Amino acid sequence: MTEPGREVIRIRGLNKRFGSTHAVIDVDLDVRRGEVLALMGANGAGKSTLIKILCGVHPADSGTMEIDGETVAFRSPLEACAAGIHTVHQIINDGVVQQLTVAENLALDEICRPEGPVLLSRSAIAARAREIQAILGLDLPLGKAMSELGQAERQLVAIARALSHDPKVLILDEPTSSLSEAEAARLFALIEDLRARGVAIVYISHRMSDIRRLADRAVVMRDGRTRAEFARPLDFDGIVHAMVGHRVREGAHSAVAGSRTVVEIRDFALTPTSAPFDLDLREGEVVVLTGLIGAGKTEFAECLFGTAAAHAGSVTIDGKPLRAASPQAAIAGGVFMAHEDRGNSSLVSEFSVLHNMTLPFLRHFSKLSLVVPDQERRAATEQVADLAIKCPSIDVPIGSLSGGNQQKVVLGRWLIQPCRLLILDEPFQGVDIGARQDIGRRLRETAAGRATLVICADLEEATEIADRIIVMRDFSVVGGHSVDGLSLDALVAEISGTGTHATFA
Amino acid sequence: MSTPSSNPAPNPAAPAAAVQAGAAKSALTFKDFVIKFGLLIILGVMIVVFWRLEPAFANARNMFSILQAVSVTALLALGVTVTLAIAGFDLSIGSTAAMSLMASSYVMVILNQGTLLAVLVCLLLGAFIGFLNGVLIVKGRIPDLLATLGMMFLLLGLQLIPTGGRSIAKGMTLSDGSAATGSFTDAFLALGRYRLFDLIPLPVIIMLVAAVILWVFMERSRYGRVLYAIGGNEKATRLAGAPVERYKIAAYMISGLFASIGGILLAARVGRGDVTSGSSLLLDSVAAALIGYAVLGAKKPNVFGTAVGALFVGTLLNGLTMLNAPYYAQDFVKGLVLVFALLFTFGFASSQRR
Repeated sequence: MTEPGREVIRIRGLNKRFGSTHAVIDVDLDVRRGEVLALMGANGAGKSTLIKILCGVHPADSGTMEIDGETVAFRSPLEACAAGIHTVHQIINDGVVQQLTVAENLALDEICRPEGPVLLSRSAIAARAREIQAILGLDLPLGKAMSELGQAERQLVAIARALSHDPKVLILDEPTSSLSEAEAARLFALIEDLRARGVAIVYISHRMSDIRRLADRAVVMRDGRTRAEFARPLDFDGIVHAMVGHRVREGAHSAVAGSRTVVEIRDFALTPTSAPFDLDLREGEVVVLTGLIGAGKTEFAECLFGTAAAHAGSVTIDGKPLRAASPQAAIAGGVFMAHEDRGNSSLVSEFSVLHNMTLPFLRHFSKLSLVVPDQERRAATEQVADLAIKCPSIDVPIGSLSGGNQQKVVLGRWLIQPCRLLILDEPFQGVDIGARQDIGRRLRETAAGRATLVICADLEEATEIADRIIVMRDFSVVGGHSVDGLSLDALVAEISGTGTHATFA
Repeated sequence: MSTPSSNPAPNPAAPAAAVQAGAAKSALTFKDFVIKFGLLIILGVMIVVFWRLEPAFANARNMFSILQAVSVTALLALGVTVTLAIAGFDLSIGSTAAMSLMASSYVMVILNQGTLLAVLVCLLLGAFIGFLNGVLIVKGRIPDLLATLGMMFLLLGLQLIPTGGRSIAKGMTLSDGSAATGSFTDAFLALGRYRLFDLIPLPVIIMLVAAVILWVFMERSRYGRVLYAIGGNEKATRLAGAPVERYKIAAYMISGLFASIGGILLAARVGRGDVTSGSSLLLDSVAAALIGYAVLGAKKPNVFGTAVGALFVGTLLNGLTMLNAPYYAQDFVKGLVLVFALLFTFGFASSQRR
């Protein structure tokens, strides 16, 4: 396992489409022995799809992949493992069996081998497990049940199991997302050790501190393409720039200042340790909440919509305290929210466009609890026209629409009735540019009678729709800017936390 | 300090990518036809074959006795359809019906009370059992199959406790040695035995009315829409503002209520609190509801399909009985039909999609 620096994986011109979504576009990527390659990008940038192609979950549509000079095309994760590519997925619990002991987990591949022995001896399993952990110099409690272990130890078990196969490439997907500082430090030490042994490590993370500590090289993906590559010394502002976009659409519109204040947030602390902040959202303005993943954007929105509780602080809507203990209560209080990940959080896949659109407001279309088809259809048809939703009819299943049109249906749903605060969490994920513009246009057209908060990590998208951009970092709002005369550099510095802390306006 | 800008007006360029949606369903292929109408055609063929083999099969009286035999199963199946719609399941319907049968007998024969009270007690009991199921599933977080399985066993035992495990009949000896003074009232027995125009059995009418009401509730009311939405995507439905927990509990209450109506009709027909009467109800009604998935290519639990499914099972069993098929062949045939119906719904449909 010598020759550090030699390429293990060579990817050229890789493409992958899912229906109308072009998830990976013409990607070239090299992974070298004995280096930690940080793969970065916002949600939906194409990282996960690229990784899934690498580890054999999805076949690529076109392009070539070479491992040690040999062209490969994996048809299953098993084939990728056989070729020396091992992955530890983000959700650790998918990679370990809770009910078994640590030793059994370590030896799991041995146990599951079809040609393996029928009867298992405890001592053989323990011996194999000791062998595996010796490779890594670990000292794990072999006899304990997996469920008794902390997150970091589980992670180490999953990694140890992957390493027992002597991998050429180890892919770590967000390994520190649920680890404490001390646990992460233990993991970093292990990764550095592996690097020294010549293993190529692909490290996916949004945490800048991880990247600082570990990465030899960073590749940034955005909208399905690899946008930039950075070598040591890494330019962190440059990385954030590449992730959130360079091209800011200046002058698409000038900022609307907003009239009276609708939402007043005071001394708001999301967690016991995060800094409290104040925030006003005004009628008629579109406010974009931006920040890196893990900055607390969604958590903040969930407090407003009643699916999470804040640690401290008050929220009033039109001067009245908002008491949202559930989405039902939030909607009744005039707060509407379209969640991130429309497939899981918004749409009922068995339902038609019509039925998906009107789901929250059936009461308004009902007489004596019976749905009046005419009223319901009229409301949906209006939204289809206003948002330029492309569908053969409102009765087709929602799944037959493209991602962008599905997202328009989600927005249309919440525009059927007027509200005081409309929250959209990452409305442009998996949405093509045409649909994105339609959504942005409609959002601004309808903004007059309400406050609008859009969560959006991509600054290019953010500046298309925003009157004001507020930045969140470490679960607190750290800055706010009008889009007029926006300084991208100041914004990026605030997002990544490298610049001086701007005072919140 | 705002810099007024020349507005380049981003033109909402129409993305061409989305137009192909749904373009592929122009022609109704043979496969589509089979998936949609297969079960109804088989039902029709079955009736014709039985009629050719045994002409007595097709006279009006026999047709209505098929419907009468089906009505109890159908009522239970309609109830379980609601729980299937929320992607749940109710295994306790059979024993809820049996419980209702024993309870009505107990109220009339042993407590010597009237028809109205007997019916009321059963309905309340059914709804209460459903409520308990719902609470166990929603608040207790027990998986639906397990919660209702537990309830099934619980009820099987519970219904026998008041009488010490014996069937309830007029004049039976009670535990204190005296004879039971009450009896089934004529009005109660009429619920299971009266025939309108001397032809149409009352249970059939009750079942049809219940089916129509449930159809309107599930297909036309906003409540039904939300129930189906919960079955499709519970999280999305909750985030759309629906009180999902209450809906789920209500679904199990409807299931329990329908099962208790089935139990009342059964008690009225047999005229005694027979401890074994309800034994085959669960499987027959679940089969009916699942066969219903295949009716008109619905691929989901639906009221019309369930009614047809119950009719299908009833017709098959009646025809086989008339042809002197042995009793054990009936269960075999039922199982066979169910497996094929499920294959229609899931196997063929999914291979078509890929």
